[in-house]
Amino acid sequence: MQKKEILNVAIERFDFQSGGEASSQLKNMLRKLGVSSDIVRKTAIVTYELEMNVIIHSFGGKITAQISEDELVIYADDKGPGIADLEKALTPGFSTAGSEIREMGFGAGMGLVNIKRYADNMDIRTAEGEGTNIKVTIKLEKPL
Amino acid sequence: MKLSEVKSLLNVETIYGEKNIEDSLIIKSACGADLMSDVLAFSQEKTMLLTGLTNPQVVRTAEMIGIQAIIFVRGKKPPSETVFLAKELKILLYSTEKTLFEACGLLYKYGIRPEEMNYI
Repeated sequence: MQKKEILNVAIERFDFQSGGEASSQLKNMLRKLGVSSDIVRKTAIVTYELEMNVIIHSFGGKITAQISEDELVIYADDKGPGIADLEKALTPGFSTAGSEIREMGFGAGMGLVNIKRYADNMDIRTAEGEGTNIKVTIKLEKPL
Repeated sequence: MKLSEVKSLLNVETIYGEKNIEDSLIIKSACGADLMSDVLAFSQEKTMLLTGLTNPQVVRTAEMIGIQAIIFVRGKKPPSETVFLAKELKILLYSTEKTLFEACGLLYKYGIRPEEMNYI
């Protein structure tokens, strides 16, 4: 089975109303494909954190996902402004989110930490003033 | 403990309930949090969330990890868009006048145990 794109959703900055729709769509699609519930759950959490990160921290971007026989790859690509200090961003509890975001229940400083925790592999490319590209790989337990 | 028993214990107002689920859903564990990324770190499905947040993202977060019931504490009532999304996803909503601390304490006293955090 070749790689097949199963999700491609544009994400707008500060669009909290739609936040989670891409993740929900991917979750339902994986269920239909017969992927095990543990993998579906991991994927939903990872995608939701990625999606909310793009909404909260970026100028907008997109979430895409590709599936092949043995793995699922989720991409979050945004238009900037980039992560100034990646090491800090990966520290549990560290967040640059302002008080308005925190009042909504986000900005716990656990987003990237949660993604790393649930992913089999996470690759981040970022630079201050440029976009951020995150690639997350989740292995499928049973081949499709 | 059945969800219907949790309802009496916390003296909740039902915002969106389904009697057949309330009578059959057994609540063994729960989590109390106002930060959604903390909720996403919980490991088990079929748990219950107690929170002071009422925006639609609370329901979205519950959807992602398979939480079936949310109890809003401190007498908070969610806005209509939160209720709309909850109905679409069949996630039950209740409100209690009790504080997060008291609601969690009561549940603990009657045998509901903390969720284990999923620190892989």
